[in-house]
Amino acid sequence: MTTSPPTAALLHAQGLAFARNDEPVFGPLDFALARGETLLVEGDNGSGKTTLLRVLAGLMPASAGELRFDEAPLRRESLAGRALFLGHQLGLKLDLSAAENLRHFVALYGQREGLAPAAALDEVGLAGYADEPVRRLSAGQKKRAALARLLLAPADLWLLDEPFANLDRHGIALVNRLLAAHAARGGAALVTSHGAVSFTDPSTRHLRLELNA
Amino acid sequence: MRPGSTAAACTAVLRRDLLLAWRRRGDAAFPVLYALIVATLFPFALGPEDALLARIAAGVVLLTVLLAMLLAFDALFRPDLEDGSLELLLLAPQPLALLLGMKILAHWLTTALPLIVIAPLLAMMLHLPAPAQPVLLAALLLGTPLLSLLGAVLVALTAGTHRSGMLLALMLLPLTVPVVIFAAGAVSAAEAGLPHLAPLLWLGAALVLALVLAPLACAAALRIALDA
Repeated sequence: MTTSPPTAALLHAQGLAFARNDEPVFGPLDFALARGETLLVEGDNGSGKTTLLRVLAGLMPASAGELRFDEAPLRRESLAGRALFLGHQLGLKLDLSAAENLRHFVALYGQREGLAPAAALDEVGLAGYADEPVRRLSAGQKKRAALARLLLAPADLWLLDEPFANLDRHGIALVNRLLAAHAARGGAALVTSHGAVSFTDPSTRHLRLELNA
Repeated sequence: MRPGSTAAACTAVLRRDLLLAWRRRGDAAFPVLYALIVATLFPFALGPEDALLARIAAGVVLLTVLLAMLLAFDALFRPDLEDGSLELLLLAPQPLALLLGMKILAHWLTTALPLIVIAPLLAMMLHLPAPAQPVLLAALLLGTPLLSLLGAVLVALTAGTHRSGMLLALMLLPLTVPVVIFAAGAVSAAEAGLPHLAPLLWLGAALVLALVLAPLACAAALRIALDA
């Protein structure tokens, strides 16, 4: 997809900080994320993990510091279609079925070659639930329906906010599998977690956010 | 259409919002029922004299339709903001203004269009003179999309604040006034047998302007709203 070598830093932050009404939320942080790498952002509740991800997704501007994406200053336009953000709110319409939700997503974000929404739902363990309204799915199943987006969208950078929340053992294994496949393809991922260790890959790097007292 | 193209994204947004409205058609019927009830109550309150009702008919229908539209405005962006769909929409690799334009179109189709369909019925019930009826319909066809677009900008501006209903109503009032003046002016000119084209053209001109500018303003306002 790009000519840059697979080890080049896809995302690079220097002195990145965010403050809300002059109240520091996180930072300053320095980190680099290369292609094929997964970075686990750890921190207690309220340490700014979600805020960090929202800043990286381009939903809000950082208060200070520099952010570079693929060798250029990060701008919302440069992220479009190349980054995928999965937040606390899953963005699923409860009155639509999982398949309808995914078809809507694919129309907006594009679709990886050779994978249809129905097949993606099979892969995340929702075979047989594709046409069920999302309202009737359990919290874990809703999470899985949202995770199916990761299979479908052709994005380089994944920003996953608490992807392990609400998932059972198999679901956690599924997220790990998705992340491994993404890394093998040369994709990068930033994953937040409030501490409950769910990662199996020992090569994963960690970034610790401290509470700003 | 290739998934991920702008055309596919626009149709997908329109289709999803229409489908959602259809799945919750009970909610969608509420503004229509409200308009029906209000217009029906007027003769009971003011007395059933033909002349009086004919004189106020156009104004009653216009205001009923506008007020019924106000009821539905909050549903334009709030559900999407609360369930995270709006973030997905904002981060999509598509021109946001176009996608929001589609959302506003879907909102107009599901709330204003049913009101326009029952408006002639309400007008007849209140004895609006026959020559004024097509003018009333034209004024509604031009005025309601204009109001939808103006309302959408304000809803987007207040989306980030909690309990924005009060603020929205206050901000919408001054913007509604010109729409009502031109629409009512056209209908009363038609009733009096005077030329009524000019006020309709003003409405049309404002609509064209809003069509271009309102989605852009919505996009900017929603980006600020999600910034908080």
